[in-house]
Amino acid sequence: MKNLIATTAMAICLALPAGADGYKPDPNAQSGGNIVITYKDDVATLDPAIGYDWQNWSMIKSIFDGLMDYTPGTTDLRPGLAESYTISDDGKVFTFKLRSGVKFHNGREMTAEDVVYSLNRVTNPATQSPGAGFFWSIKGFDEVASGEAETLEGVTITDPTTVQIELSRPDATFLHVMALNFASVVPREAVEAAGDDFGKKPVGTGAFSLADWTIGQRLVFAKNKDYWRNGVPYLDQITFEVGQEPIVALLRLQNGEVDVPGDGIPPAKFQEVMNDPAQAERVVEGGQLHTGYITLNTQIPPFDNADVRRAVNMAINKERIIQIINGRAIPATQPLPPTMPGYTKDYKGYAFDQAAAKAMLADAGFADGFETELYVMNTDPNPRIAQAIQQDLASIGITAGIKSLAQANVIAAGGEADQAPMIWSGGMAWIADFPDAANFYGPILGCSGAVQGGWNWSWYCNEALDAKASEADAIVDPARADERLEMWSEIYMSVMEDAPWVPVFNEQRYTMRSPRMGGADALYVDPVSIPVNYDYVYVTD
Amino acid sequence: MIGFFLRRVIQSLLILLGVSLITFVLLYWLPADPVRQIAGRSATAQTVENIRQQLGLDQPLWVQYWRYLTGLVQGDLGRSYLQKTEVSTLIASRLPASLLLMAGAIFAELLIGLSMGVIAALRRGTATDQSLMIVSFIGVSAPQFVVGLLLLYVFAVQLGWFPIGGYGTFAHLVLPSMTLGILGSGWYSRMMRSSMIEVLRQDYVRTARAKGLTRLRVIFRHALPNAILPIIAMIGIDIGIFMGGIVVVESVFGWPGIGQLAWQAIQRVDIPIIMGVTLVSAAAIVIGNLLADLISLLVDPRIRTR
Repeated sequence: MKNLIATTAMAICLALPAGADGYKPDPNAQSGGNIVITYKDDVATLDPAIGYDWQNWSMIKSIFDGLMDYTPGTTDLRPGLAESYTISDDGKVFTFKLRSGVKFHNGREMTAEDVVYSLNRVTNPATQSPGAGFFWSIKGFDEVASGEAETLEGVTITDPTTVQIELSRPDATFLHVMALNFASVVPREAVEAAGDDFGKKPVGTGAFSLADWTIGQRLVFAKNKDYWRNGVPYLDQITFEVGQEPIVALLRLQNGEVDVPGDGIPPAKFQEVMNDPAQAERVVEGGQLHTGYITLNTQIPPFDNADVRRAVNMAINKERIIQIINGRAIPATQPLPPTMPGYTKDYKGYAFDQAAAKAMLADAGFADGFETELYVMNTDPNPRIAQAIQQDLASIGITAGIKSLAQANVIAAGGEADQAPMIWSGGMAWIADFPDAANFYGPILGCSGAVQGGWNWSWYCNEALDAKASEADAIVDPARADERLEMWSEIYMSVMEDAPWVPVFNEQRYTMRSPRMGGADALYVDPVSIPVNYDYVYVTD
Repeated sequence: MIGFFLRRVIQSLLILLGVSLITFVLLYWLPADPVRQIAGRSATAQTVENIRQQLGLDQPLWVQYWRYLTGLVQGDLGRSYLQKTEVSTLIASRLPASLLLMAGAIFAELLIGLSMGVIAALRRGTATDQSLMIVSFIGVSAPQFVVGLLLLYVFAVQLGWFPIGGYGTFAHLVLPSMTLGILGSGWYSRMMRSSMIEVLRQDYVRTARAKGLTRLRVIFRHALPNAILPIIAMIGIDIGIFMGGIVVVESVFGWPGIGQLAWQAIQRVDIPIIMGVTLVSAAAIVIGNLLADLISLLVDPRIRTR
């Protein structure tokens, strides 16, 4: 994963020659075969404008395509339904040249009209898309979001195969936004025919089409023989069986009935699997763009005092917390995970030093400590992690009561300015929507997220940093990409100075594949097609 | 008798109305905001308000409840917030699986519970009796999640007699039915034991024995049918217990029933589904009780005169 940093940084430099694609076909890949993948939770929807779950994220990627895409197993952008693109000098106009001859699963050819329709649809409030907010930078977004307009002013067709998107201000992350599932191209007639049921009757241009869906039991994807990318997908069919506990899925995998447990290796079985050489050999480990953190509410005394927050940062024994999750993580020093461009490598974070923390707390006027509350989601291992945090806090004199609640209730408490002094983010932690440094700032550390119902649970609002973030994201010129990342690095360093968070760990993903599954390990822990990139894996028997 | 039946039906409908009102109010008071779940973490305040308006969640509680109720009497349970599918479709596609599991569980618990109870009663005071009662106690107390995984591990993984979870054939039904049934069988064995002991003391049993009938004939012809009566009425009440149990058991065995649906909906604050499943479960419990009453009425004429 280490060289991901370098390769991603290159991808951010939009200097890609149009049509560039770092992917080299796997010489051992063979076509054909069916595989079985399990998930615990049912698939709510396959509508790309709506789906935002662990289990449907890469399913949607396999059924639909957007203008932009990523090289399999990496975070490198590559063109998708757009054959090429250009960006104006001021960074505000993106022009996409569409591929010709791309067909939807219903046989109709994809056109520029479909691209425009899809963007208008996802931003229209009537669609109720959880991803609508990503498109904020498109000119006319506010009018559509408020219901004043039906169509985005900035999205226009300049000729039958060219779509031009004008932004209200330069946005260096825009190509990533166009690679999100939410930007997938959908055929108008199929959406209108299915109405609210489009999520159960999806029609896209992707590598697979939905062949059968027995609600609550299984989904069957069939290979799209007319897929516009040559040579893929390899598999003829994928059966997703839902409603399977991860532990049962693992038993079935050991029994040869399942090829990939979609939810990974359950923590309770982790040691057993790793201690068995035959099984450990088939385990795939990968980083993910994830940081687990404790938020310290800067609006609630005494956490309004930066020294108190710094003291807490020094008091937490991250190694011990990582042991609780069987070592499936690495200690975090800063908000960004190490695989994200913009990560500050030489920054070591606050050193674990409870004596110094106690002294700092005393200097801040809390020699006798204080009482506070730590909110946590009530599923294992989070309450156990909260207890470890509680003990660490106790050793510097802070008495923290644990409030263990259902996920939705913790999220609701975090969204109130005066409710949760501390929250352990486990189970709700930030996993990047797209691989860019900016994605870890706005909603969780910026002023815009510090609103009622927002995700900035520290209620940290530093306007100077917000301004710097806007300035950084206005740098669209590929030649200045390093300068932009440098600015982002500085932003996160300033955040650490103010210490609204205690970054605790970056989780690693562990999954397994059956002996017959082929393809690079990276495809099974794909950083973008989460959890598995179905289009490029294959079977060897 | 028809009057009695009608009265009970009207009572049942009132109970369902009450359940719908209480559930609706509780969900309304929930600190978690369903709109936030729909809107996602990148939504602007405006998007959130927009969605709230579209779903009518900005209306006062009684307006929302009235609208739900008017839909309900027309058979409309609304659409899932997150799946956008009709709740009635989702429940209809999963209800048969749950009913099948329930039937299997009732069969399993009667089979295990009644035989244990009868044997314990006949061997009253012996070591057999005591060990059976200890087993039934464990059955009642053991968490179903653990029992399910244990059965799965022993009979499906190690012995390979049954499939490892899933749905479709009779073989798939056995282990989840047993898991659910073991809980109920604990109750039944205790009930059956005391009921049987009671019956064995009766004069007509002594008479039967005195006139020289074989032991087996006395037990199966004379004692058992009478001892079983009070227990049949319990089956109706059982349905309520099962409704709680299937949430766990369905998730262990990957059984595509409404318990799974409810569990996922609760995690995501998908209120229309939670309402729908609650009402359907409440209806099942009410119908179960109604049936229990009817059965008692049919088998025991003394109740009719009340």
